[in-house]
Amino acid sequence: MNILISNTSDKPIYDQIVEQIKNLIINGELTEAEMLPSIRNLAKELQISVITTKRAYEELEREGYITSVPGKGSFVSAHNKDLLKEARMRIVEDKLEEAVSAAKTIGMSLEDLKNMLCILYEEV
Amino acid sequence: MEPILEIKNLGKSFKDFSLKKINLTLERGFIMGFIGPNGAGKSTTIKLIMNLLRKDEGEIRIFGKDHIKDELEIKNRIGFVFDENHFYEELTVQEMKWVVSKLYKTWDDAAFTRYIERFQLPLNRKIKDLSKGMKMKFALTIALSHNAELLIMDEPTSGLDPLVRSELLEILGELIQDENKAVFFSTHITSDLDKIADYITLINNGEIIFSTAKDDLLNNYGLVKGDKKVLDENLRESFIGLKENMYGFEGLVRDRNNVRRMFGDRVLVEKPSLEDIMLYYTRREQNV
Repeated sequence: MNILISNTSDKPIYDQIVEQIKNLIINGELTEAEMLPSIRNLAKELQISVITTKRAYEELEREGYITSVPGKGSFVSAHNKDLLKEARMRIVEDKLEEAVSAAKTIGMSLEDLKNMLCILYEEV
Repeated sequence: MEPILEIKNLGKSFKDFSLKKINLTLERGFIMGFIGPNGAGKSTTIKLIMNLLRKDEGEIRIFGKDHIKDELEIKNRIGFVFDENHFYEELTVQEMKWVVSKLYKTWDDAAFTRYIERFQLPLNRKIKDLSKGMKMKFALTIALSHNAELLIMDEPTSGLDPLVRSELLEILGELIQDENKAVFFSTHITSDLDKIADYITLINNGEIIFSTAKDDLLNNYGLVKGDKKVLDENLRESFIGLKENMYGFEGLVRDRNNVRRMFGDRVLVEKPSLEDIMLYYTRREQNV
């Protein structure tokens, strides 16, 4: 599990952690029921305040990504499969959007794009 | 749970300086940075906490106990690191340990050996021959070798190189892992605190300006820069401190998102460092 903190970013550090852990859960790098590092350990490793990591975990808990058990630790929640799928589909949508705008800049037609997609779908 | 350190209406007057009824609270499991310019009252406050100075008024409670009535018990549970060396210069590290270890009921020789090895301190060298960084590490070793619950440090990082400072910060992070200990340290090198501090207390002219979670400061305050033409009364009023020069202005505001909403692209808004915050607060005091 990798978490990278930017101190120059305008985005609050707790927010950076929330986003990265969410991504780790969505791409399946963190799996259901997996234990997360403790608030204090994460703060120590990243050399940041305990308050920051605590806030990040609270946010993740509020959004249903993790569950905290007092005295035991924090775990990746048993996920609603539909929700996760939806999140992953959003990623696909974003990437397709990128591809479409790249195609448009070189004047590629929808027909050509569809053909390309069909070929790729079979190949990958 | 009661706070590990609680200061209420603490006052002390000298001929040319006074500490004006200050209040602060520190809970177990956290690190508080105590910042302010030279002569603001940081060392005075710490000396009062340690009862090295007589207070005029107010109350100091450590572990929920009165700091004078239960002084001996409290000091057994405090680790103290001073800016200046407070050991016998002519003794070696080993000899000094023999002296100090007798003073503490809860001396932990294994911990001492562990830190001596970790810091690579030479046991047979006289204290006066240690480098400044080594002296601080030795003081820290002593402070950590009697199971102290509260670590109080007065300018522990001043005059030390970045490597030693980062080692110290690492140790502090380890120390609060068990949620039972706390660290209170004064410094004017605020970059040490940008990272690990949980709470920041700013003191200036003997008064506490604020004592708050560091995240609240860094996530909300903003450094605003721009063309002087943008500086209307409305914007001017929201500044804690403001600097103007021939080519523009720069100032500190409490709510950077609000300024962004109001002025959009007409100003540049950045996340401040603790140093920026300290400078603007203490500068305003001088201007008023």
